[in-house]
Amino acid sequence: MDRMPKWVDVALIPLINLFLALVVSGLVVLYIGEDPIRSMWIMVKGAVGSTYGWGYTIYYATNFIFTGLAVAVAFQAKLFNIGGEGQAAIGGLGVALVCLAIPWPHWALALPFAILGGAAFGAAWAAIPAFLQATRGSHIVITTIMFNFIASALMVYLLVNVLKPPGSMAPETARFPEGAFLPNAHDALGVIGLGFSRSTPANITFAVALICCLLVYVILWHTRLGYQIRAFGHSEPAAVYAGIPPVRITMITMLISGGLAGLMGINAVMGEAERLVTDPVQGAGFVGIAVALMGRSHPLGVLLAGLLFGMLYQGGGELEFEIPAISREMILVIQALVILFTGALDNMIRLPLQQLFLRLGKRAT
Amino acid sequence: MTAPAIELTGISKAFGPVQANRNIHIKVMPGTIHGIIGENGAGKSTLMSILYGFYQADSGNISVNGVSTDIREPQHAIGAGIGMVFQHFKLVQNFTVLENIILGAEDGAMLRPSKANARKELRRLADEYELNVDPDALIEDIGVGTQQRVEILKALYRQADILILDEPTGVLTPAEADHLFRILEGLRRQGKTIILITHKLREIMEITDAVSVMRGGEMVATLPTAGTSPERLAELMVGRKVLLRIDKKQAEPGDAVLEVESLSVTDADGVRRLSDVSFSVRSGEILGIAGVAGNGQSELLQVLGGITAATGNVRINGIGISLSGRRADGQSRRARGIAHVPEDRQHLGLIMDFLAWENMVFGYHHDPAYRRGRLLMDNAAIRRDAQTKMREFDVRPPIPGLPAKSFSGGNQQKLVLAREMTRGPDLLLVGQPTRGVDIGAIEFIHQHIVDLRDDGAAILLVSVELDEIMSLSDRIAVMFDGRVMGERLPGETHERELGLLMAGIDAGAA
Repeated sequence: MDRMPKWVDVALIPLINLFLALVVSGLVVLYIGEDPIRSMWIMVKGAVGSTYGWGYTIYYATNFIFTGLAVAVAFQAKLFNIGGEGQAAIGGLGVALVCLAIPWPHWALALPFAILGGAAFGAAWAAIPAFLQATRGSHIVITTIMFNFIASALMVYLLVNVLKPPGSMAPETARFPEGAFLPNAHDALGVIGLGFSRSTPANITFAVALICCLLVYVILWHTRLGYQIRAFGHSEPAAVYAGIPPVRITMITMLISGGLAGLMGINAVMGEAERLVTDPVQGAGFVGIAVALMGRSHPLGVLLAGLLFGMLYQGGGELEFEIPAISREMILVIQALVILFTGALDNMIRLPLQQLFLRLGKRAT
Repeated sequence: MTAPAIELTGISKAFGPVQANRNIHIKVMPGTIHGIIGENGAGKSTLMSILYGFYQADSGNISVNGVSTDIREPQHAIGAGIGMVFQHFKLVQNFTVLENIILGAEDGAMLRPSKANARKELRRLADEYELNVDPDALIEDIGVGTQQRVEILKALYRQADILILDEPTGVLTPAEADHLFRILEGLRRQGKTIILITHKLREIMEITDAVSVMRGGEMVATLPTAGTSPERLAELMVGRKVLLRIDKKQAEPGDAVLEVESLSVTDADGVRRLSDVSFSVRSGEILGIAGVAGNGQSELLQVLGGITAATGNVRINGIGISLSGRRADGQSRRARGIAHVPEDRQHLGLIMDFLAWENMVFGYHHDPAYRRGRLLMDNAAIRRDAQTKMREFDVRPPIPGLPAKSFSGGNQQKLVLAREMTRGPDLLLVGQPTRGVDIGAIEFIHQHIVDLRDDGAAILLVSVELDEIMSLSDRIAVMFDGRVMGERLPGETHERELGLLMAGIDAGAA
């Protein structure tokens, strides 16, 4: 009955949603007396018009892909993990502890250990809400969001009282040893002879994010674990009928989810800041929810949506810089409109389109 | 000549590309009971929903008592004197009978006068139609049969002259069904018109004056009941000859496969669902569990299938199985050769959003045959396997890449059966194998169950359809209130005796 060509579902609808969001954004820009076409042009150019723009876009996108994957994996098991913010921050802590542990001789040695550290810490932070959900029925939406606050307080405490180098005034760790610096886009692309802006935070972690997309896809659709996660997400009673253990699946799913969120620390802490600050996540955990929603909880969708939100962040920053009348808050409004249209208002476009295709299909037969 | 109570002319209704009703003509004469029969998806419910104002027809006309009537919402239907009793009752559980009856038909802002009027009217209706209900009882405290009477009273209180009943006997014991039929006959004597939607041929033959048969969205025939036979109706419904009796030879039972001793289950609310149940099933034998829905049969299947924990002793081929803890899950049960076709295929047996091939390994996803390396699943092998089994069980369409939800009820059931029956189980648990399944598929499913029995499997069949129990089982156990009331042999009992047992009365003991 609901026969719609696949390309409509995965491509046309998101594009129409995006277009509508931009039209409404344009109206808002018009209302404050600026030229919407020019503003749009500045955003696009700022995001993808130069390797400098691309560098930031990719950097932001990498963060969003990790947090988006985290939400997407949990959502496959119908678990709404909105604790990406806290899990990513604690993941960053894990990355920092690894980087500071020994004077690393080379980044290629440090990276695998940092990945383990980030994933383990992020997973551990998700494990407590997961356990409470699985065994006590404490709702994971409530517990994960509370754990965001606990994580934030814990980070401040550790950085002020424990990890701050003696004599420093800033609540942050010492700079990581040079052997733990990740190659940025300039270095990495230079090896194959491509020029790239020297001063952007984009780094090799983007490759890690791409690999994670692939891994998540394989786990969800080609392993028994993924099969069980998806079955559990569709129907818990059916899962119990099939002998799929709910407690174990809830735990494993949330560990994977938290681990993915924790990996964001590789990008933000090891790749960019090269030290741990009190808030390394900067809201990316919440953007991840929108990314997963727009990407329809599929790794490929998350990748594309992550890139789009990266562009919005970088382009928005440029816009704020170029047209002072458009303030930081205006940029947030534009980003929020995109989230609103692509996530929450999805059905507004979907239903009429479905009917349109039904009618077209009927006429054709 | 009097005008028909209901006359539908040229009713058509499409949902997207699906033509649910196509040019339907039907006349229902006043003061008669008119049956409408047809397979699932034949368009009966759509037609009645149009008559009751839930849907609007794309074209066609509705006349009530000879007057062309525009029915665009249920209020219009009620205004025209049409009442509907749904298959799933629409009653407020924690309201009294009286409160439910006046709900939406109050006389004014204050309840007291409405209630007084309703109480008087209710007494009159009870005297006239044998519709005795305690007006002050809470709905949650009364049985389903009584709840159904409340629904009928609701319609009558709204001055309905024409009553539509949708599958009214699905939830009733045979005795309750008899009572309902007496009420319907009383209503007919008083000149009311009744439209009875059912898939049970027996009920059509027993009580209706005329019967209309629907197939594939069309009205294929309207006949006087006296001039037809069940075989003829079945043929009209399916469009070909149907075997109403199952071809099966005498069972040749072997050793006991399933032995159940003093099995008890207490649910989360502390209510005893199974008390001290004992029985056994031998290989090559079908044990049918009869009973009205909700008397412990579901819990029995769930305990044996590894879904619910219990106390007691259960042995498979002489070796005990765990009834609680980690070893009492669905995986352990499958490892012991127990296959389970659950009662509720849509919520338990299948993941509706999963593709057919994904569903074909549901519960068997750990099978080494479907592995590629240590971690990966061999999706190609699963697909091939699914294709073969779907052909073997005549699932239509035989396309493994379609999601389960896009198959019809009967074909969904065949997917579950194909998955559970093709692995050579020692014990097959099968609940409501033909609920919501077309007549044509029923024949097929019954034949496969009998074939599996002849291959030496032990089969535990739970069904609320007494006909099904009678014709499939080699032995029959009747459950009432979580207990086994007794065992009978199908050749040595009759529906009346079983009906009494289902109501908790052991005639033999008295």
